Amino acid sequence: MAEIRLHNLAHSYSRAPTESADYAIREMNHVWEQGGAYALLGPSGCGKSTLLNIISGLLSPSHGEVQFDGKVVNALPPELRNIAQVFQFPVVYDTMTVFDNLAFPLRNQGMNEAKILTKVNEIAEVLELHPLLHKRARNLTADEKQKVSMGRGLVRDDVSAILFDEPLTVIDPHLKWKLRRKLKQIHEQFNITMVYVTHDQLEASTFADKIAVMYGGQIVQFGTPRELFERPSHTFVGYFIGSPGMNLIDVLPYAGGVRFNNTVLPLSAALNRRLAERPGAKLKIGIRPEFVHVWDGPNEDALCGEVVHVEDLGTYKILTLMLDGQSLKVRLQEDQPVPQQQVYLSFPAQWLMLYADDFLVEAQTPEVQP
Amino acid sequence: MKVQNNKAWWLVLPVFLLVAFSAIVPMMTVVNYSVQDIFDHSTRYFVGVDWYKQVLQDTRLHDSLLRQFIFSACVLLIEIPLGIAIALCMPTKGRMASLVLIVLAIPLLIPWNVVGTIWQIFGRADIGLLGWSLNSLGISYNYASNTSDAWVTVLIMDVWHWTSLVALLCYSGLRAIPDVYYQAARIDRASDWAVFRHIQLPKLKSVLLIAVMLRFMDSFMIYTEPFVLTGGGPGNATTFLSQTLTQMAIGQFDLGPAAAFSLVYFLIILLVSWLFYTAMTHNDKTR
Repeated sequence: MAEIRLHNLAHSYSRAPTESADYAIREMNHVWEQGGAYALLGPSGCGKSTLLNIISGLLSPSHGEVQFDGKVVNALPPELRNIAQVFQFPVVYDTMTVFDNLAFPLRNQGMNEAKILTKVNEIAEVLELHPLLHKRARNLTADEKQKVSMGRGLVRDDVSAILFDEPLTVIDPHLKWKLRRKLKQIHEQFNITMVYVTHDQLEASTFADKIAVMYGGQIVQFGTPRELFERPSHTFVGYFIGSPGMNLIDVLPYAGGVRFNNTVLPLSAALNRRLAERPGAKLKIGIRPEFVHVWDGPNEDALCGEVVHVEDLGTYKILTLMLDGQSLKVRLQEDQPVPQQQVYLSFPAQWLMLYADDFLVEAQTPEVQP
Repeated sequence: MKVQNNKAWWLVLPVFLLVAFSAIVPMMTVVNYSVQDIFDHSTRYFVGVDWYKQVLQDTRLHDSLLRQFIFSACVLLIEIPLGIAIALCMPTKGRMASLVLIVLAIPLLIPWNVVGTIWQIFGRADIGLLGWSLNSLGISYNYASNTSDAWVTVLIMDVWHWTSLVALLCYSGLRAIPDVYYQAARIDRASDWAVFRHIQLPKLKSVLLIAVMLRFMDSFMIYTEPFVLTGGGPGNATTFLSQTLTQMAIGQFDLGPAAAFSLVYFLIILLVSWLFYTAMTHNDKTR
């Protein structure tokens, strides 16, 4: 069982890194708790796989420490860490049968054959690989192969964490959800820490209890899918999570609030105070298309925009509008009236986020994490 | 399915003509010689399979056939494992990698005659570096008079000349294995031997098939190098099939038996290559 802690971890592929762009992983501190189901979400090239390979030991970090249960494991090779990893492309040992594939890690440990037989059968049961046990691994389909690679991790008693590196990339869409559910089941059954790397927000939120969003070599937010949706702590999270992403507008500070062009948005006293502490920061406001309030008719307190485009997506509609020179997207429920030409809208204060240099400005001083 | 027309055969015709001129027609002349006794263009007798019978009972040919099989077996048993071992040790990155590739390629670029000459001089007891050194170390070595010395020299010469080919083929095969296999093996705690046995060797199979076939065919047809080095001697100790055949066809001008033997020779190579191929691809078909 393991809690995985990353302490001041950073990694660069170049030999003499000078600026932050040289780093694939920028200095970070992070904890994956024992038994959690986590997703590591981010666009291609953000350092997800690098981070995973550092945890499993395939890659040695240039700075900082990886700790398992408080023990520094930097110097341990992957074979001495109690970790299994499932790769993007399924790896099976072609010449062996499915049974031998599953037995392989156990045989490498020198386990006796009787015990191997029990363990392999147990795992084959869970993964529904029983009918294939005596088939050659080479002749399996991609999803079967991926199950075999997972099985090689699960079969080991000593595995305390399984790392998945976009494991469903090569799987047919209709089998993806099946495998994902299988993973979820396995997680509940085995109490293993699982870290699942993906660039698909749907995959991340259906699999994980908590998601770490990575961007530019950093974990920019770590939270439940709901937290990521409701309070993105970085503009990238706002943009990346949700469909369509958060509306982000560049603003300038203004008496009692912020403004863009001729539109002034008042802010709470608390936010104004925090804003005063950050002179010169690049400011943005963000609001989710779901949270923009649309009035049924003209209203004095509302802002007035022009409808540009309505997209009907069946159960909801996406309204694109221009508000004082800024393009905004608004999500309308099925039963909501669709405004023609003019639209009256307002931004509920609780959903209006303020970002300074891309990071969320909290109204209260953020609680210190234990 | 009912055949509508036979137009498709016309499309095969160019290939057929090409094969006819490159293989079938030249071979038919040999077949022609093998079933007749020809003195001049007007005096010839059809002899049926007599030449074949004669050839198959010729003890001189039996001896060189046996020698040939032993030689090819030795070549494969040494060059294939050695080639794999070299490929496994070769550096994969940087300047050393290119340097090693060049060094390995050198023997392959030397003409057969020259290889024979190099070893002929290299092995001489009076002026050759190898022969002289061995003799001055007190090891009696003379490939011109001692049968086993001659054998070992021919064998080492072939190993020196051709192991590179196997090594280069295996090297390219090894480079084609994705890193993720090695990573998975490390996670599974596979030993180096298990990695070799279950990842590298299976992934090398197709290049090894080519290597085994090429080395078998080439070694089974070896002619120039032993001819230059030992001339087939001492006695007949290093006279392999090609040389026996040449002696028969050109030395004694026995064109009939020589033609019959050529065909048998060809069929043996075909048969053994087929056996190798079938044995090595057998597993792919089983489910």
